[in-house]
Amino acid sequence: MERVLVVVGASLGGFDAIATLLSTLSAGFPWPLAIVQHRSAEDVADTLPVMLQRRCALPVHEAEDKDPIVNGHVYVAPPDYHLLIDGGVFALSTEARVSLARPSIDVLFDSAAAAFGSSLVAVVLTGASSDGAFGAQRVKAAGGTLLVQDPATAESRVMPLAAIGAAAVDQIVPIGAMGEYLNRLAATRR
Amino acid sequence: MSDAREALEIELLTEGIFRHYGVDFRHYAFASLRRRVWNSVHAEKLVTVTQLLDRVLHDTDAMERLLLQLSVNVTSMFRDPSFYRAFRDKVVPLLRSYPFIRIWHAGCSTGEEVYSMAILLEEEGLYERSRLYATDMNEAVLAQARKGIFAMNVMPEYAKNYALAGCKAQLSDYYLARYDFALFRQSLRRNVVFAHHNLVTDGSFNEFNVILCRNVMIYFDRELQGNVHRLFHASLRRFGVLALGRKESLRGTAHEHDYAELDAVEKIFRRSA
Repeated sequence: MERVLVVVGASLGGFDAIATLLSTLSAGFPWPLAIVQHRSAEDVADTLPVMLQRRCALPVHEAEDKDPIVNGHVYVAPPDYHLLIDGGVFALSTEARVSLARPSIDVLFDSAAAAFGSSLVAVVLTGASSDGAFGAQRVKAAGGTLLVQDPATAESRVMPLAAIGAAAVDQIVPIGAMGEYLNRLAATRR
Repeated sequence: MSDAREALEIELLTEGIFRHYGVDFRHYAFASLRRRVWNSVHAEKLVTVTQLLDRVLHDTDAMERLLLQLSVNVTSMFRDPSFYRAFRDKVVPLLRSYPFIRIWHAGCSTGEEVYSMAILLEEEGLYERSRLYATDMNEAVLAQARKGIFAMNVMPEYAKNYALAGCKAQLSDYYLARYDFALFRQSLRRNVVFAHHNLVTDGSFNEFNVILCRNVMIYFDRELQGNVHRLFHASLRRFGVLALGRKESLRGTAHEHDYAELDAVEKIFRRSA
């Protein structure tokens, strides 16, 4: 079976968008998800994974260094670290912010594209930043699938529009239908 | 799956640097090393990783630049204030029973966290009987650390961290403002030894009560992490304290069961065996 990874990037308005996406994934969703949501470096109380877990049937974790990427699990980047994909495990970095962000969506997408190539599905959600646009290019250059939240359904359209402008998007999907789109994609690629 | 040619070029680069200069990046975590290698390629205005290997083999100045680029030197004073709070609450009481306290700060970079620890120990009345060994693989950052001069424009952030860390005075009590720079008090350095040490290739040099190595081993692969944990275990006194970064763990290392958790969130451990 093909080993697929889903990476998700979100900024302003991202919590609701991610929660909507996760709550509409089927309980048996087969792929792992790695999520970067821009947040304050001081948000260290594990609030994001705890809040998301309430809306999600799949187990949600904050990724730690060298954690194995397990199918059907959801991983959130910890605050103040870049999250990278290193073969079959996660890697963290405290290197400088990229586009003012740490974690950076570009850093996650670029490393995931290098590790998973055409077996990567990348999702750009709402945000008032252009983080993710470079990453989207890398995903497409490596042969991956690029999905973008329909800007009309985004709290902030800037980030979806930047990704759409930067790379050849495979599908623009309203946020309410994103989970179902991934469910169907997983079903067809089994 | 991954780009095999890129992986090969990076492997040849680290192998070449090791064979020619003796500096070993071969067991650095690939994903983050790859980013820094490409940053160097672009900074040198080159196109391929192989061109970078050619340049550094023939140009020692380029090698110096690459060395700085490949070692991560992003740090700040009282980074993760809650760590310093936990250290104060859970480690300081243990240290009070020792007549002499040896602390190894491994991978100290430009020294911000060493000065932070010196301030904390001073405020707890432990500095006089402490000696801090602050080491890094990079001479350039050590030279900066020895000076104890940091940019003035980051002081507001550091002062905020200082307050969140539960410290007792004002951060500005510890430095003199000179134009754009903050000069930290000489006395904070009187018990600090800044020295060159490479975790990849150098061995144990003392026995310590505390080893601090936060967010350093995230740049290493599992094999190298295992070696460094062996080194730390051998360098730590029984009941000594090991502090890792907040998102690091001992899981899967040979010494996982040789430590008890002092603080599960801040990743502070105590050697038990």
